[in-house]
Amino acid sequence: MSATAADDQLTIFERSRAGRRAFVAPASDVPERPLDELLPARLRRAAPARLPEVSEPEIVRHYNRLSRRNFDLDTGFYPLGSCTMKHNPRLHERVAALDGNARLHPLQDPRRAQGALELMWRLQEALGEIAGLPHVSLQPSAGSHGELAGVLLTRAYHEDRGERRTKVLAPDTAHGTNPATVTMGGYEVVHVGTDADGNVDLEDLRAKATEDVACLMLTNPSTLGLFERGIQQIAEIVHGVGATLYYDGANLNAIMGICRPGDMGFDIVHFNLHKTFAQPHGGGGPGAGPVAVADHIEPFLPRPQVVRREGAPDDTIGTGSDGRLGHFDLDYDRPRSIGRLRGFQGNYGVFVRAYAYIRSLGAAGLRDVSETAVLNANYLLARLRAIGVAERLPVAYDRVCMHEFVLSGAPMKRDLEIRTLDLAKRLLDHGVHPPTVYFPLVVDEALMIEPTETETRETLDRFADTIAEILREAAQDPEIARTAPHTTPVRRLDEAGAARHPVIRQAL
Amino acid sequence: MCGVSRYTSVTEADRLAMLEQIGVGAIEELFSDIPPGLRLGRPLALGEGRSEQEVYDELRALADRNVSVEDEICFVGAGMYDHYVPALVDAITSRSEFLTPYTPYQPEVSQGTLQAMFEYQTAICELTGLPVSNASVYEGPSAVAAAGWVSRLANGRRRLVVSRGVHPHAREALGTLAHAWGVDVTEAPLRDAVTELPPLDEEVGAVIVAQPNFLGAVEDLEAIAAAAHQVGALCIASCDPLALALLRSPGECGVDIAVGEGQMLGNRLDFGGPSFGFLATTEALIRRVPGRIAGETRDVDGRRGFVLTLQTREQHIRRERATSNICTAQALNALAGVIYLTWLGREGIVELCELMLQRTAYARRRLAALPGVSLLHEQPVVREFAVALDAPVREVIDRCAELGVNPGYPLGRDYPEHCDGLLVAITERRTRSDIDRLADALATAVAAAGARHAVGAG
Repeated sequence: MSATAADDQLTIFERSRAGRRAFVAPASDVPERPLDELLPARLRRAAPARLPEVSEPEIVRHYNRLSRRNFDLDTGFYPLGSCTMKHNPRLHERVAALDGNARLHPLQDPRRAQGALELMWRLQEALGEIAGLPHVSLQPSAGSHGELAGVLLTRAYHEDRGERRTKVLAPDTAHGTNPATVTMGGYEVVHVGTDADGNVDLEDLRAKATEDVACLMLTNPSTLGLFERGIQQIAEIVHGVGATLYYDGANLNAIMGICRPGDMGFDIVHFNLHKTFAQPHGGGGPGAGPVAVADHIEPFLPRPQVVRREGAPDDTIGTGSDGRLGHFDLDYDRPRSIGRLRGFQGNYGVFVRAYAYIRSLGAAGLRDVSETAVLNANYLLARLRAIGVAERLPVAYDRVCMHEFVLSGAPMKRDLEIRTLDLAKRLLDHGVHPPTVYFPLVVDEALMIEPTETETRETLDRFADTIAEILREAAQDPEIARTAPHTTPVRRLDEAGAARHPVIRQAL
Repeated sequence: MCGVSRYTSVTEADRLAMLEQIGVGAIEELFSDIPPGLRLGRPLALGEGRSEQEVYDELRALADRNVSVEDEICFVGAGMYDHYVPALVDAITSRSEFLTPYTPYQPEVSQGTLQAMFEYQTAICELTGLPVSNASVYEGPSAVAAAGWVSRLANGRRRLVVSRGVHPHAREALGTLAHAWGVDVTEAPLRDAVTELPPLDEEVGAVIVAQPNFLGAVEDLEAIAAAAHQVGALCIASCDPLALALLRSPGECGVDIAVGEGQMLGNRLDFGGPSFGFLATTEALIRRVPGRIAGETRDVDGRRGFVLTLQTREQHIRRERATSNICTAQALNALAGVIYLTWLGREGIVELCELMLQRTAYARRRLAALPGVSLLHEQPVVREFAVALDAPVREVIDRCAELGVNPGYPLGRDYPEHCDGLLVAITERRTRSDIDRLADALATAVAAAGARHAVGAG
C-alpha cells in the first residue's frame, strides 16, 4: 500500500491536531457577563465535544479527496433500476441558491413570502395535472414519507366513514418501503402474487380483497418495468370493497403525458421529486415526496396547505405573477386533516428545482422524457438480445417493457458460475454503475436496468457490449468477475463482519 | 416526439434506428400495454417548455417577491436559524461526486459518501454524548416522531408524554403518527417555562422534551431522564445541536434518544428544507435505529473501508418487519453538517456558542428594559428568549417590518396562553448594532401599536 493510499484512508478526526483551526469567531461586541451568571455550571457540559481540529486547507483537501472515491452520475452511466438516475440540470442549483429562496426563513409572514408560496402553489397545480388528481400536498420529505402520508390519509378517510380496517395489500414485487410503511401506518400487510405475465394476479387479488382491506399499494409500471394491463379491473376490485388504491410514484418517469394515475382509478399518488423531477440524489437525499389525491381524500391532506385566496377584502391583497388578483397563503384551518408530517412547509429547495424542471420542459418535453426513457429501455433490451446476451441473462417477462426491465442472472450463474453480484462488481471495473441487483424478489438473481432518457444510443451500445464482454470473459475465467472489482479505491468489503462487530463511529 | 426536451440526447436518426432494432414502427407501439381508454389523448395543460434563460428570469422574479434574511434584520428562529454558512460548505457539497450519486449501495465506488457518513456519525455522537448515531433522518420535527416509534418498538407501551416545550410542529407530527399506532400522547405542561412532569406510570413508553425548549429555556434534562427511568420509560430529547456545544450533553444526562433539527449546522434556511434531522441513541437501542448507518470494515486486501451496516433493520431487507420505512434521507445535508462542524472545530464551536450566549443575554436585557416589553420567563437561555408585549403582537411585527426589522416569532398561534408573546432568536450574524436596532424598532412599534390599541379600546 502506498503512503498516499494510506493517507487517503484517514478520517477527518485522525487528521486533527490540537490547536489547528479553520474558524475565527466574529469579535464580541457586547459587554461580557460571567458564564456562571448566564448558564449555571450544573447545566453546562464538563468537556468540549471532541470535534476535529483542522485548518481550512486541510478540510478542503480532505473532502475533495473523499469525493474522488465516489462514482457519480455526472461521470458515468448509472442504470440503477427504480432510481431514475437522470441528468441534474445545473440551472436548478442556481435558482435554488437565489437569496429569495435559499435565505428565506420558513416562518416569514406569508405576505412577505408570496413568491415562494406562489411557486409551491404552481407546483401543486402542475403535479396535480401530471397525476390526474387535483389536490396536492408538497409536505412529505421523501418517497417513503409520501407513502406514509398515503397510508395515513387512507386511515383518516375510513375512520371518517366510521370504518375500521386492518389490512393493506401490496404485490410481492413491491419496493420494501411499501410493506415497511404499512407497519408504521398501523396496518398488517398482505402480499398479492404475480401472474405468469408479470402482472398482479387478479384471482389472488380478488381472494384477498376483503372488507377489512384499507388499501392496495401499487406501482405502475411495476417494479418489473411492466404496465399493469389489468389496472382497470384492479381498480374495480379494490374500490368494490371500499379500499383506496395507492400509487407509488417511483416509476412515474415512464408515463408522463401519456396516461395518468388518476385516470387509472388511483385515489392517492406520491411523487419522487428526486427521481422523476431531476433533484440530485446527493448520495441518499434530500428528496421530496408530495402526494396528489382525489376529491374524497382532500379533506384529510396534511396541514398547512398552500392555497390561493381570491378577492378577500384585505389591504395586503396583491396579484399573482399572472396578474390575477389575490394572494397565496398557508391554510391551517383544516379540521379533518391528518395533521403535520414534519416541520414547516416541506423541502422547498427541492420544489424550486422540480418547478424549474417542469417549466423548462413543458408538456411536450415531459412527454418526450417518458417516451425517450421507454425507447431507451426497449432499445437496450433489444440490443442485449441482438448480441446474444439474452441466453445468459434472459428478460424475466418477455414483453414490451416500459422505462426499465428486469433480467434474470440464473442461467449465467448456472452456465458460467458467476452470480449477478459478480457481474455487478465487474461492471465497476468498466466505469459503469451496476443496475439494481436482487430486486424485485420474485426474479431469481435479478438485475433491474433503468437507462433513463438522459443516455445516448452510444452509451447504451457500449453498456450492452460491456455486458457481453464480461460474459465472454467469465466463460474463459470466471474468477475475474468473482473477485471483481479490481480497479476501484477499495475492493469487496467485509459487510458481514461490519454487521457482526459494528464500528459506527471513530474511537477518540 | 423525440428531441423536444433539452435534457434528452436521442436524435431523429437515432430514434428510427432504435425503433428498427426493437422491431416496431413507431414509439406508440411501445405503449401498447396501456388500455386505449386510459391514454390521455391531449397534451398536459402545462404550457410549452422554455429556454434556460427564460426559466431563470421567471424564477428570479418569483424569488424577488420574498423578503429574505438578506433584506431585513431577522430575529426569527423557532426551529431554523440564520447562521453564516462558510463558503467551503457550498464548494464541497456542490461537487458532482457528492451531489449526484445515489445511496451508496455499491460501497467500492461510494467510499467518499460512506466515510463522510461515518465522520458525521462520530461528530453527532460527540455532540450528543451518545454512542450510536444514524446517517440522518428527514428533519427535526419528524425525527421526534421517529424517536417515538423507536420507543414503541423498544417497549411496546401505549402512552407517550410530550412536553409542551417541544416544538409545536414536532408535537403535531408525533400526534399524526401516534394516532395510527394506537398510542396516546399526553402533554406535560410548562411551569415558569420549563417542563413540569405529571405523575408517570408504567404505561408510559417515553417522555419527550426539548433542549432548550421552544420558549428558549434550558431544561433540567437529568431530572427528567431520571423520572422517566423510574417507571421504565425512555427519555427522548429534541436538542439544538449548536447549543449542545455548551450544554451538558444528553448522554451525560441519561437521555436514551437525542434527536433534532440539523439546519443550524451548515445548511441554508431554504424556506424550511431540505435540511437534516439527527438521531443518536444508546448501544441498547442500536438495532431499533431507523435509516442508514455507515460502519467501518476491511476489503479483501485488508484496506480500510466503509459500508452501510446493520442493514437487517432496514426496509429493503426486512420489509414489513423493518425498524422504519425510511429510505432516501438527507445525505447531502448531513455532509454539509459534518463539514460545518469540522470548520468550527473543537474550540470554535464553543466560541461561537459563547458569542451567541453573550449577545442573547445583551438582547434580553435591552428588550426587558423597554416600556411595554417584559420577559416572558427568566430561566437560563442560550440563543433564544421570549418576551411579552403590551401591544398586539402581529401589529408590532408589521410595524417593525416597515423599519427593516423582523423582530421574532409570534407565540400566539401555538401558545394561546402567550398571545402577547414574541420569541426572539440570536445568531452570530446579529451584531450589537442589529440588536440595538431591534430594541429601537420594538420600542417604537410597541408604543405606536399600544397607543392605537388603547385609543381603540377607549
